Amino acid sequence: MDKFRMIFQFFQSNQESFMNGICGIMALASTQMYSAFDFNCPCLPHYNLAYGLGILLVPPFILFLLGFVLNNNISMLAEEWKRPQGQRGKDPAVLRYMFCSMAQRAMIAPAVWVAVTLLDGKCITCAFCTSVPVDTLGNASHPHLSQGEIQRVLARIPCKEIYNGQQLIANEVAVRYLRCISQALGWCFVLLMTTLAFLVRSLRPCFSQAAFLKSRYWSHYIDIERKLFDETCAEHARSFAKVCIQQFFEAMSTDLVAARCHLPRKAPADAGEAAEKLLGITDWGTMNMALKSWHRCKPPLHLHPPALPPGNGWAGEGQPPTHPSAPRRETAAYYSWV
Amino acid sequence: MDRFRMIFQYFQSSSESVMNGICGLLALASVKMYTSFDFSCPCLPQYNMAYGLGIMFVPPIILFLCGLILNRQSLVMLEEWRRPQGRRKKDLAVIRYMCSSIMQRAMVAPVVWIIVTLLDGKCLICAFSGSMDPEKFVGFANVSTVQVQQLLAKVPCKDDELMRNNTSSKAVARYLRCWSQALGWSILLILIIAAFLACWLRPCFNQATLLQARHWSNYIDIEQKIFEETCCEHSRLFAHKCILHFFESMRQEIKLHSCSLPGEGEGAEGEEDLLWGITDQDQVNKLLKKWYYEKPPLDVS
Repeated sequence: MDKFRMIFQFFQSNQESFMNGICGIMALASTQMYSAFDFNCPCLPHYNLAYGLGILLVPPFILFLLGFVLNNNISMLAEEWKRPQGQRGKDPAVLRYMFCSMAQRAMIAPAVWVAVTLLDGKCITCAFCTSVPVDTLGNASHPHLSQGEIQRVLARIPCKEIYNGQQLIANEVAVRYLRCISQALGWCFVLLMTTLAFLVRSLRPCFSQAAFLKSRYWSHYIDIERKLFDETCAEHARSFAKVCIQQFFEAMSTDLVAARCHLPRKAPADAGEAAEKLLGITDWGTMNMALKSWHRCKPPLHLHPPALPPGNGWAGEGQPPTHPSAPRRETAAYYSWV
Repeated sequence: MDRFRMIFQYFQSSSESVMNGICGLLALASVKMYTSFDFSCPCLPQYNMAYGLGIMFVPPIILFLCGLILNRQSLVMLEEWRRPQGRRKKDLAVIRYMCSSIMQRAMVAPVVWIIVTLLDGKCLICAFSGSMDPEKFVGFANVSTVQVQQLLAKVPCKDDELMRNNTSSKAVARYLRCWSQALGWSILLILIIAAFLACWLRPCFNQATLLQARHWSNYIDIEQKIFEETCCEHSRLFAHKCILHFFESMRQEIKLHSCSLPGEGEGAEGEEDLLWGITDQDQVNKLLKKWYYEKPPLDVS
């Protein structure tokens, strides 16, 4: 267990930093996604708003869900939440702690996307170009265009190549205005998020430190217990498999000996350990038989007690499963090669 | 205990350096943020000042808060401040020392942002171009008041069609940039002199108190780290025991139900131990089901 202990200590001490690392990678991935994304405003009156706000709000939602999916503690939370009470009570504070810490980490990448989008300004320019105050920034009095016409002209602001409303309002003026608003919103958003994070982190020691320590301990405990249980089961499975296979080969060797009617055993003294390990399988044909039998008729998942000669029925004889007293060495065994 | 000692030495020596490292990274991040940020002055009379000064002062606040959040010691300090006295007195000098060292580190990135902003000059040009006296510049001298405000507000936008070949607007921009850079360098000089004096004059005042405060603030930090490590170690051992009890109870149950031959378990090898008497697919399934439906109580006495 010493090796496992070292591994667990590594994971425990680094679990937080591992999760923080994933968090940071997702934030970087979100900025990279944004810069790789080819923003293409439709420049049509009703589509601009939908497109702009869609690009602003849909990817963060996806990133938020992805943050939960990539967090390997989500299955632990779900398991702890849904398990029957049994002999161990459930503490809702622990569940809340686990959920909050996961949600906080999952929120970082979406917040980065929204901040980068607002600071860049293209989305807001696209979404709200039809709401630019033409009276103050441009010549509202210039050609008397109908409302619909004005909307269509303003909708082309993000697309400089096809913009034809220079007389109505200069393209650069409108873009600068919208971008200024967008960047102001972006910085305010970042300030708000940072202030919230600061408040959450600094008010906790003032109010619920003892409860926090308790929840943190038990949530780590649940995590470690799950890992240890998996490791113990893996160890058990390994031993199970080892004994099962050993019994399989022993049964095979017993049957071979019985079938060939050799002297039951060569004297082990002159054969040595290696001969014992060969379990009576000493030629190409016999080995192939063993392999075929392993494939066609695996032994049942039922280990016999070690003191008794196994009759694992791998040959499909239909014999009764266990004979606790008599070894079968004298019987001619029938086994099918099929 | 040898392993623990190595871990403690590591924490002792590098707690300060970890915090200094974070401080440096934030300063670099602030420069990178400024260079990648696309400064876009609105060039409108009512908006210029708000935008310019906003870009100069809001990100430093954000960087300051980030510096506080990312610094582990701020939590330690808050806990020490808010804890009930209990059987351990609280030393305000230690808390003050921790607070001041946290604040100093958190101030580095905002100051870097402000200095970089001033040395670059765009923010000040944007904020104060509308406040210039038009009489000083030939191109704006004989223009009506309303129009002059509009024109002055467009000075930061060099590509605007009105400003492209306007020498007076370039003169205004140069003038403001000169002031901005002078201000930036002055602030930098003052801060460096202040830091220099603080380092040199500190040993003259209360050196003993300072050494004590530093020692005990390190102590509180290490104590908390060790407490967390011990809790981790304890929860691992607790879980180990709990699972052993669970498997043992399964083994007892199987022994009771199977009425197996008496001498069976006596010659048990290592494999037998590891199998816990669970040698059957059904028994394994039963164990796994029981683990889910009826976790053992948290009691290993």
